[in-house]
Amino acid sequence: MNPAHYLYLSALLFTIGAAGMLLRRNAIVMFMCVELMLNAGNLAFVTFARMHGQLDGQAVAFFTMVVAACEVVVGLSIIVAIFRTRRNADVDESHLLRH
Amino acid sequence: MNAEAVAFWVLGTVAVVGAVGVVAAPKAVYSALSLASTMIALAVIYAAQGALFLGVVQVVVYTGAVMMLFLFVLMLIGVDSAQSLTETIRGQRIAAVLAGLGFGALLIAGIGAGVTGGFVGLDKANGAGNVQGLAQLIFTRNLWAFELTSALLITAALGAMVLAHRERLEPRKTQREMAIERFRDGGRATPQPNPGVYARRNAVDTMARLPDGSDAKSSVSATIRGPQTDPAQ
Repeated sequence: MNPAHYLYLSALLFTIGAAGMLLRRNAIVMFMCVELMLNAGNLAFVTFARMHGQLDGQAVAFFTMVVAACEVVVGLSIIVAIFRTRRNADVDESHLLRH
Repeated sequence: MNAEAVAFWVLGTVAVVGAVGVVAAPKAVYSALSLASTMIALAVIYAAQGALFLGVVQVVVYTGAVMMLFLFVLMLIGVDSAQSLTETIRGQRIAAVLAGLGFGALLIAGIGAGVTGGFVGLDKANGAGNVQGLAQLIFTRNLWAFELTSALLITAALGAMVLAHRERLEPRKTQREMAIERFRDGGRATPQPNPGVYARRNAVDTMARLPDGSDAKSSVSATIRGPQTDPAQ
C-alpha cells in the first residue's frame, strides 16, 4: 500500500466536511462536519506516523481527540443555549446574538 | 491485492459514503448515524495502520461518547426538525460545491506532488507494544501538553455547566404553597383516575369509565389524547 492512498482518503473526507460546513445551515450538522474534518486530520496523522516509523503522529492524534471532545461539549452546550432562547438551531436565524 | 489493500478500499468506501451521508442527509439523525459509520470505519483503518490504541479510543470516545452527546442534543432540540434544503442565498450551493471541488483538487494535487516513498512501518516503534510506546511519548516528552489537556477538560466541563445552567427566576414553591394553590379554587382532591379502569382494555390510551359509563377524559394524558379525541373511544 502506498501512503498516498491514505492521505487521499483523508483529503477527501476533509473536503467533504468543509463543503458540508458551507452547505448546511443546521448548527448540529455543521458541527458534525467539523468532527469529520478533525477525523480526517487524525487519519493523516496516523498515516504520517506509519510513514516515518515514529509514534509522534499517533500522540498528536491522541491530543486532537481530547481537544475535539472538549470542543464538542462546549459547542453543543452553546447550541442548546441558543436553542433555548430562539427555539431554532438554524444558523441563518441567529445572526443576532441578543435575546 | 493484499489484505491491507482490500481492507483499505472497503473501509475507505464506507467512510466516504458515510461522509457524503453526513452532508446530504435531510434529517440530522441520519447525519449522526452516517458520521458514526464513518468513525467506525476510520477506527478499523487506524488499527490496521498499527495504531491499535487510537482505534480503540476512536470507538470509545468518538462513536461512544461524542456521538451519544450529539444524539442527546438532537433529542433535546427535536429529532424530526428536518431542515428545509432550499437555498436561502442564491447560488450558494453551486458556489460551495465548486469551492469544495477546488479545495479538494488542490489538496490532492499537493499530496500527489509531495508524498514520495513508502511506509517505514511501525514494527520497530511498536516493538514493546503500541500502548507502551505511546505512553512513553505522552508521559515523557509531551507530559506538559498532557497536563494542559486536563485543565482543558475541566474548563470544558465547567463551561458546559455554565452555559447549560438556567437561573431560577422565582423561589421554588414549597409543598404547602402547592397544596394551597391546588385547593383554593376547588380543584380535584383525589388523584387523577388511571387509564383503562372499568373499560374494555387497560392500555394507556384507553379512557377510564365513570360510574355512569361515560369516558373520564382526564384519565388519559393529554399528550396521548392528542389534539383531536378519537371518537371510537
